[in-house]
Amino acid sequence: MSEFDREDGVSRRKVLECMTWVGTGVLWTIAGGVPHSLGLIDQAVAQEAGGLTFLQISDSHVGFDKPANPNALGTLEEAINRVNALPKKPAFMIHTGDISHLSLASQFDDADRIISRTRLDVHYVPGEHDFLDPEQKFYRERYGRGTKGVGWYSFDANGVHFIGLVNVVDLKAGGLGFLGAEQLEWLEDDLSGRSASTPIVVFAHIPLWTVYPDWGWGTDDSAQALSYLKRFGSVTVLNGHIHQVMQKVEGNVTFHTARSTAFPQPAPGAAPSPGPMKVADDKLRSMLGIADVTFRQGEQRLAIVDTPLQA
Amino acid sequence: MHATLRAMIVAAALGAAVAPLLAAVVPPVQAQNAPTAVSIDNFIFTPQTLTVKAGTAVTWANKDDIPHGIAWMKNAFTKSKALDTDDSYSLTFTTPGTYAYFCYLHPHMTGTVVVEAATDDAAH
Repeated sequence: MSEFDREDGVSRRKVLECMTWVGTGVLWTIAGGVPHSLGLIDQAVAQEAGGLTFLQISDSHVGFDKPANPNALGTLEEAINRVNALPKKPAFMIHTGDISHLSLASQFDDADRIISRTRLDVHYVPGEHDFLDPEQKFYRERYGRGTKGVGWYSFDANGVHFIGLVNVVDLKAGGLGFLGAEQLEWLEDDLSGRSASTPIVVFAHIPLWTVYPDWGWGTDDSAQALSYLKRFGSVTVLNGHIHQVMQKVEGNVTFHTARSTAFPQPAPGAAPSPGPMKVADDKLRSMLGIADVTFRQGEQRLAIVDTPLQA
Repeated sequence: MHATLRAMIVAAALGAAVAPLLAAVVPPVQAQNAPTAVSIDNFIFTPQTLTVKAGTAVTWANKDDIPHGIAWMKNAFTKSKALDTDDSYSLTFTTPGTYAYFCYLHPHMTGTVVVEAATDDAAH
């Protein structure tokens, strides 16, 4: 079972364990149409996965230099080094947003310079931090080619249908993440006519399920999007934004959030606000790559197991 | 103790002397040091509702380690640029009314500015 699942309650110890996720990515593999998490990228062994293997990184916040991590570019670089050290190259990578901290051209440049070292195709969706330039054009110019609206799109790989959604634009007062009517219409259309046996992977920045509305951790109109996905036998929803691993399984849908490569955030309600969580400098680094996500046959949920490298 | 007492007496004496002068120059509500600043701290606008007289400049200051931005309902005003840590944003309100705003990065953060007519009815 998930130790981070909100419904299961979050102890202080678990909160500390959540913090250990910063700095790496999750390696995903799809065998037999079902995505399995192989664990943290630094621990992931190059399993001879018969199907498709891809990687997720998130929330690199390039330009962030506050006490919670004065060198967010450095930890992104570490994460990328770990990707490059994988014995088996993933097919591609997805980045679930907040590439930059303030949407400065220099921040996007720095992110690209580091991430491109993987020589992998990277499929991006934006976070709210990627639309802060006055004309809101940098993200779209760099990553939005061939996408619809403000940056949504879909593609196929090894029989799996991937859908990148944008839920960080045109947010409404008092609300959460927002997809909007135009994008929902596109989604319905994109899915129509597809076989229900097609495995679907949806990725977006803000969680598409309600994690903690008091902190804005959810998407106002995600229920509409999920209603279009109901008939599919295997749906995996990958998000970022909350800088910690959480997961939930609802019917055929597995929801999973990835950690950040930049700084940890507190577990829901564990602090006065969701702001960056400061830990001792040496602790932050020693925490890198010390927990993993595994799929166990016979269990409905992905299992998140905390495995510290240093006690 | 004595120092404190003395300070209080001095303050009271000064207040008595200065108050009539202030009243002559600025509207009574301003003389009471009505706040014109909103702090952004722990993802909350404080005060949540700020009441000012028309002509007042209101300043928002971000105390969080994460950027925030201010957008106005009904696009009443141009949104602020993204406010990084310790950045601030000011807006002068000239027209009485109730103006609701939210953070365009974290829209669950909301606040209101109530602007009252500068000619003061509250004096009655």
